[in-house]
Amino acid sequence: MAKAIKQSASRDLSRLTFEGYRRKNKRVGIRNHVIVLPLDDLSNAAAEGVANNIKGVLALPHAYGRLQFGEDLELHFRTLIGTGANPNVAACVVIGIEPGWTKRVVDGIAKTGKPVAGFAIEGKGDIQTIADASRAAKQFLHDASELRRETCALSELWVSTKCGESDTTSGLASCPTVGNLIDKFDPYGVTSCFGETTELTGAETVCATRGASKAVGEKFMATWRAYNAVVERHKTNDLSESQPTKGNIAGGLTTIEEKAFGNFQKIGHRTKYVDVLRPAEAPTKGAGLYFMDSSSAAAECVTLQAAAGFVVHLFPTGQGNVIGHPIEPVIKLTANPKTARTMPEHIDLDVSGILRREMTLDQAGDALIDITIRTCNGRLTAAEALGHREFVMTKLYQSA
Amino acid sequence: MPVTHFIVHDKQDTVGVIVVEDGVKKGQALTGWVMEGDGTVGIKAAADIPLGHKIALGNLKKGDTVLKYGHDIGRMVAPAKAGEHVHVHNLKTKRW
Repeated sequence: MAKAIKQSASRDLSRLTFEGYRRKNKRVGIRNHVIVLPLDDLSNAAAEGVANNIKGVLALPHAYGRLQFGEDLELHFRTLIGTGANPNVAACVVIGIEPGWTKRVVDGIAKTGKPVAGFAIEGKGDIQTIADASRAAKQFLHDASELRRETCALSELWVSTKCGESDTTSGLASCPTVGNLIDKFDPYGVTSCFGETTELTGAETVCATRGASKAVGEKFMATWRAYNAVVERHKTNDLSESQPTKGNIAGGLTTIEEKAFGNFQKIGHRTKYVDVLRPAEAPTKGAGLYFMDSSSAAAECVTLQAAAGFVVHLFPTGQGNVIGHPIEPVIKLTANPKTARTMPEHIDLDVSGILRREMTLDQAGDALIDITIRTCNGRLTAAEALGHREFVMTKLYQSA
Repeated sequence: MPVTHFIVHDKQDTVGVIVVEDGVKKGQALTGWVMEGDGTVGIKAAADIPLGHKIALGNLKKGDTVLKYGHDIGRMVAPAKAGEHVHVHNLKTKRW
């Protein structure tokens, strides 16, 4: 497969560094956010009240957190704690309707050693809670603003990827550009992650061969089969307009198999994944590429990857998905010349030159490395400049 | 370098992808880049086909498996002659 675009995909990056924030747990962030994290839907208003009072503090409202149970509840906690623990976060205020689950999130984040404080609304009301939490947030902001970036090794970088509103240009050029970067980064000890379980349908057996061992490949297949069973159980048709999406179809993608082989280009040609992660699960097997079980919906997938600790995201788009994330910068690249021309404010890197044969895949991969390092050093992405802060929790089933 | 109207990923692929922004017109003579082996192929467009959409590289019969990236991406549910548009009207998934 894809023998043609087998380019060198090796480059001496041994001296490549970036300027990041080294946290107490030794993980490195590329942003320095103070966030206000609501435990549940009811606490969004208070969280946004704090962010309104204290300029530069970021609230992360979301839709869930009440009456969830079992694995769905565990995922909720894993996502919230992981988001607060992400090294792009300097400090965190947690607000919940009641103190018990609020404390559970605070305690989980506190294990990283970063400043975190929790506030509960019951018995006090929103106004008093906002006042108390605002004072804590203000102090966190002063402290965070005195932290300085320091030079970090490439091996300290955690990179995630997924693609969105893909079209045929994604599979031909923008996804292979990400794959070129992954193949170049992997030998230097970068930790990386791809996901989108359903969107590998059609390419699943090929993807299984990219596991670092037979056991890891089998773990991937078991994960894919479990997700496919959910699709089979709930589908009412062949998923037309859901997978591929209406946007994918407008862009020329016809079947899930075609979409899957395009998607799959993002992990390059050489790199093998070392483990399969549950949604929002942090890697524990050291450096290397990981597959995360996740939805293929952009904001859900990026939110899960950020919660697992990834600090910068590479997002190829065809038709022009505009996603961002509150704490993990999303770098967007496209190879679709029309998207690059009509939606330039959303695009950080235009690789449409590959399709005109003006740019090789190797050059595109190098350009992506360049914009990634600049983003890590502090350059704001298009999505950050435009205020895209999609924070979307994955929900596994109905609440109790 | 002449304009590349379409790209073919693997030599064995039975479809290519139109990559010119304005698409191609029926009757137009097209130049294609075969990425595997860096080759060039020519074909005449037998339909108007927009950017990003697929063109049949040979005559595809109903029931034929379509190859792209060197892999099975579905089956033809209606025929397409060489140079015609291949999309949801004549190509369907084998899954779901």
